[in-house]
Amino acid sequence: MHTGLTDTEIIRRILQGEQAFFAQLVERYQNYVFTLVLRFTDSREDAEEISQDVFVKAYRSLADFRGESKFSTWLYTVVRTSCITFLRKKKLNTSSIDDERTFLQLENQESGFTANTIEQKSRHAMVNEAIRLLSPDDSQVITLFYKGEQSLEEIGVIMGLDPNTVKVKLHRARHRLKEKMEKHFSYEVRELQND
Amino acid sequence: MNIPQEQMETRLWDYIDGLSSPAERSAIEELMAANIEWQQKYRELLGVHQLMNSTELEAPSMRFTKNVMEEIARYHVAPATKTYINKNIIRAIGAFFLTLIAGFLIYCLGQFKWSSPTSNGSGSSTLNAYSDTLNKFNWGKVFSGTYTSVFLLVIVVMGLMLLDMYLRRKKYQAS
Repeated sequence: MHTGLTDTEIIRRILQGEQAFFAQLVERYQNYVFTLVLRFTDSREDAEEISQDVFVKAYRSLADFRGESKFSTWLYTVVRTSCITFLRKKKLNTSSIDDERTFLQLENQESGFTANTIEQKSRHAMVNEAIRLLSPDDSQVITLFYKGEQSLEEIGVIMGLDPNTVKVKLHRARHRLKEKMEKHFSYEVRELQND
Repeated sequence: MNIPQEQMETRLWDYIDGLSSPAERSAIEELMAANIEWQQKYRELLGVHQLMNSTELEAPSMRFTKNVMEEIARYHVAPATKTYINKNIIRAIGAFFLTLIAGFLIYCLGQFKWSSPTSNGSGSSTLNAYSDTLNKFNWGKVFSGTYTSVFLLVIVVMGLMLLDMYLRRKKYQAS
């Protein structure tokens, strides 16, 4: 059921009691939410569960969305709190999600790519694999900037940071992403450079 | 001219993201035209940028929307927070703390003897007289009361909480 309505119009209809319109928001933002959640957790099952929880929470607190920011910006705050709550409950790896060591462990676990496996991977899969090797902060900034279509100012509001700090974080995140790709996907990177 | 690598990358990322000023854009274009190192770095960073733009978002299972709709069928949209949080209560709590602080300050200031000390006209003797008054002031009396101690304890705890929040924020920003 795609009616071409804007987010604000859809939300107004939902608040008027037309619950079915929420399906449009879910269809529109499910990939965005799912991708962001996957930046917090490595398991697709967990990501699906958290994403579902995000939409339920978003639905319940939809009246709190005042339209001062983009819906995707507001939705991200729900994603972040849901992920943190979920990870705290599960106590994944018994360490903080901000703990870089967790991601160094993850990096070590995932560094055993064989040449054949890499050859089979698509560009898309390669980039997603490389993003997964980054810390959540880095992968969040990159995802929000490229896939969430959020400006530096909007990311700053979401993360509680100054836009200049976000810019520096984005530069560093992209630098680290490039390093990861060169380290783990050197074959594909060379192929890309030859294209 | 040997520009540090990091500075070069920062300028080039700003150029690619469209954040550079027109003057800066022209300067970078000149640098790229004249310097092979800048050209190579630009192509390298542009490659990463295009790769990021070309990738797709991850998709959940086909049943995802249906699952969400089944789940929300059990709920209603909650009323907006601002409709059930009474601002008067927040204002009353704020007023209570302000009164408490003001009361404490008035009590402390009330302990001073404000009468002007005897002076022979010289500034230094006036200062000495004030210093004497301060020395004679019974600070122990101010801090020995039970209520004062409890109040100070609350202030210290709140101060430590604020410090903790500030340091956590700093740590988060630095990471």
